[in-house]
Amino acid sequence: MAESTLKIGTGEAIKENRLGLKPADYQGGKSTLCAACGHDAVSNQIVRAFFEMSVKAEKVAKFSGIGCSSKTPAYFLQRSHGFNSVHGRMPAVATGAMLANHTLKAIGVSGDGDTASIGLGQFMHMVRRNVPIIYIIENNGVYGLTKGQFSATADEGSKLKTGVINEMPPMDLCGLAVELGCGFVARGFAGDPKQMVNILKAAIAHDGMSVIDVISPCVTFNNHEGSTKGYTYSKEHQELLHQIGFVPEYEEITVDYEPGTVREVTLHDGSRIVLKKLEEDYDPSDPVQALQRLHRATEAGEMLTGLVHLRPEKKNFIQMLNVVDEPLGQLPLSRTRPSREALEKIMQDLM
Amino acid sequence: MSETLIAPDVVEAVSAGSEPIINDLTIHVATVNGSGSQSSNNVLMRSIFQMGVPVSGKNMFPSNIAGLPTWFTIRANKDGWIGRKKEVDLMVCMNAQTAREDVEALSAGALCIYDAPLNCKGIRNDVVFFEVPFAKLAADLSEDSKLRKLLTNMVYVGIVAELLGIDREEIVAALGKQFKGKQKAINANVAAIDKGIAYAKESLPSQNKWRVERMNATQGKIIIDGNAAAAIGSVFGGVTVVTWYPITPSSSLCESIIDYAKQTRIEEDGRATFAVVQAEDELAAVGMVLGAGWAGARSMTSTAGPGISLMAEFVGLGYFAELPGVIWDIQRVGPSTGLPTRTAQGDVNQVAYLSHGDTQHIVLIPSSVAECFDFAIEALDLAEEFQTPVFVLSDLDLGMNNWMSDPFEYPTKPIKRGKVLTAEKLTELQGKWGRYDDIDGDGVPWRTLPGTDHPFASYFTRGSGHDAQARYSERPQDYKDTVDRLAKKYETAKLFVPKPVVDIREGARIGFIAFGTTTWALEESRDQLRREHGVETSYFRLRALPFTQELNDFVASHDRIYVVEQNRDGQMADMIRLEVGEDQHKLRKILHYTGLPCDARTITDAILEMEASAAEGSPLMLVRAEVRVATIPTSVVSGFAGARETRAED
Repeated sequence: MAESTLKIGTGEAIKENRLGLKPADYQGGKSTLCAACGHDAVSNQIVRAFFEMSVKAEKVAKFSGIGCSSKTPAYFLQRSHGFNSVHGRMPAVATGAMLANHTLKAIGVSGDGDTASIGLGQFMHMVRRNVPIIYIIENNGVYGLTKGQFSATADEGSKLKTGVINEMPPMDLCGLAVELGCGFVARGFAGDPKQMVNILKAAIAHDGMSVIDVISPCVTFNNHEGSTKGYTYSKEHQELLHQIGFVPEYEEITVDYEPGTVREVTLHDGSRIVLKKLEEDYDPSDPVQALQRLHRATEAGEMLTGLVHLRPEKKNFIQMLNVVDEPLGQLPLSRTRPSREALEKIMQDLM
Repeated sequence: MSETLIAPDVVEAVSAGSEPIINDLTIHVATVNGSGSQSSNNVLMRSIFQMGVPVSGKNMFPSNIAGLPTWFTIRANKDGWIGRKKEVDLMVCMNAQTAREDVEALSAGALCIYDAPLNCKGIRNDVVFFEVPFAKLAADLSEDSKLRKLLTNMVYVGIVAELLGIDREEIVAALGKQFKGKQKAINANVAAIDKGIAYAKESLPSQNKWRVERMNATQGKIIIDGNAAAAIGSVFGGVTVVTWYPITPSSSLCESIIDYAKQTRIEEDGRATFAVVQAEDELAAVGMVLGAGWAGARSMTSTAGPGISLMAEFVGLGYFAELPGVIWDIQRVGPSTGLPTRTAQGDVNQVAYLSHGDTQHIVLIPSSVAECFDFAIEALDLAEEFQTPVFVLSDLDLGMNNWMSDPFEYPTKPIKRGKVLTAEKLTELQGKWGRYDDIDGDGVPWRTLPGTDHPFASYFTRGSGHDAQARYSERPQDYKDTVDRLAKKYETAKLFVPKPVVDIREGARIGFIAFGTTTWALEESRDQLRREHGVETSYFRLRALPFTQELNDFVASHDRIYVVEQNRDGQMADMIRLEVGEDQHKLRKILHYTGLPCDARTITDAILEMEASAAEGSPLMLVRAEVRVATIPTSVVSGFAGARETRAED
């Protein structure tokens, strides 16, 4: 198995970020999930990514639906406002919040039940709108909080603890996001934190919706013999699209590479995603190639990870609405109440 | 002159000799949906309005784009009674599908203009018929058959105008308004109207039973529907996030917001100070409203019954997590899909207690277009002040029909944004605060908005159990404290919701309670009771939930209380019954639920019948009646259109 990330710069961990803040300033409450839950590993990388990217936590809003994954926003970025909404409906709440204040950096954490079943409609419409949000699906193939029923992303042939075999095809949320025109689609693995943090940093820099499907094993209900989303199985079946490197806009690092071995994608804010090709020259801007590759992976039983699709130039929902720069929710009355003359004119027209 | 068959006594009734009824009639036009009759009817209504006569227009339309029957009723009334009147004075029959029924439902002596091929005159002989060959008259109006069809409907405007004495110049002015100055369209329509006028002059008998004459009761007034009024109120109330999912009869509310906001809320650089989002369904619409409210926007949505049902889960979240947002319910007939294009007041219980668990909501109930405007602003204020979903309960009759009104007054009260802690305030408090801490003792805690630049600003919002610090909690005491405080908050709201409009008449033993559009029929019924029977009544017009002390006082000070509403079960009456305790035996229900707006005569008849049964001489009867009322309140159920009226007293 090749290394999933591309070393850029010194690679040394920083102790204080550009805001003068420490990792502790990005921590959340103590997790109440099972020990070794994949979700906690994801939370840790969220903390690291926001810290290293020097995003002010006060300017972040965290959203979730219902389920184990949806509890996690309480376990990272304590200084950010959080909203644990209703099952499958986080997209609507997050969309509304972003309409009220589009200067927030939004991150949503959902699960495979929350997104692929009860919340599928809202998820799809959020993707279609390109609401600026980092949308993470902590995908383990089962409903954990209700004790281990299959979810809609369970792989064909995977086995529950009770011995029940799933015979239906899995819903591929990355494929769905590509199909709906998402400009940033990635799959990560909770057991591959280095790749995860690079994906997250790129998602933070992306000015639109990023869908990150993270295979995040449920150690209690789906980590046994016959599970296809457990740690062992996932490690054995992880297949890399490419090695990922991320260069934030404030760093002037040039990446040495042999011509033709690397693709660079520049994001809206000037930061760069560097992708080093592995077995094939994968073009992440091509949705057809993305869908083909995803289908092939499913057929081969591979867990394909990496940046599946990147079209960072797409207009986001806030831009489409052409609203003023300031948060709508904080505009003074002088800008939200038309003049007396305006009302008189309307009345005149109705006489 | 066309051949008309009229019974001699009827001819006498409408011919010159007798005194005409001035400015008091109902015109009922039956057409085919999608035939363009809406423009004709609006022009007719507007020309009467421009002659200074109080008028209203009610569209009774099918849930269909084209082909099914539709009716439009114009009521002109010099005394300003513009609620629905069920008796039709002048019928215009343009639709073969309904012509027979339309004619059969008329009262004797009514006038009926009909399209010649419908041959209505054979149906009965106690109605005055005016046969008009519309197709022939419209034949040379346009080469284009589609346009000709539209213009045919404009011909009846000319016929009606000539028969009733409506000034041609007012029709032309109304056309100008209707077609917004598009001269080509105006000219074509004027030609059609002139055809009608000329035909009526030359070939129809004149009538002198009903006349429209100039008066001066509409000077300075506007005509508008409630949804547009609500839209204007919202735009001037500083709404910034509007989300919606199309549903009859509420769609025009958010569509009007788009129109008015585009006119008034785009800044010089072309950027908007509002966002309107058409959501994928009502669940998403209300979710966006609450998310926006949470993040500091004045947010709203509008829907109808089916949408309200879908919103139930989110509204519970809004109540429990304390999120502001305004939800307009333009009621239509339920249950289920019901009658999507007919009016009702059947969502009272639903919005009052929407969602599982113990919930209770603030509900504003406008009766008029002016109140739609006012309450739009009020609701946005209350939602933010009380950090909770606020409902505005309108209905199809108010929302989609045309109403006359005084122009809306520019809001001068400062808007209220509720208890929000800023970063500066948090510094002052040294970061010590609790999201759900009732430090003011009024049940309303303080909140911070996401993005507030202070390390202690954040808190975690959730629909699960929480304590005063917004921490997850399943502790029995924390849960009880939270829901008890929410009840206290609802108590506090009593001081802030719109007060009822109470009219207590000296010596009146009967009191009415009504709300919303029922008021138009009720006020007229009180007038009928006063004029025709010498009975004075008091009236309590409810404008909001929670109930306030005024309600108990009103019930206490009258012998019998008639609650009049437009649903089958007397939903509001039942809520009032719980509220007034031992006075509940005074309550009776008058219920109108046919899908059509309630009318005055139905109420008056019901009152007379119920009063007669209550007072049949012996004191024993009275006592018995009251005992019965205490267990199962008397209901009078009335149907539509005299002939089909049914009454059941239980």
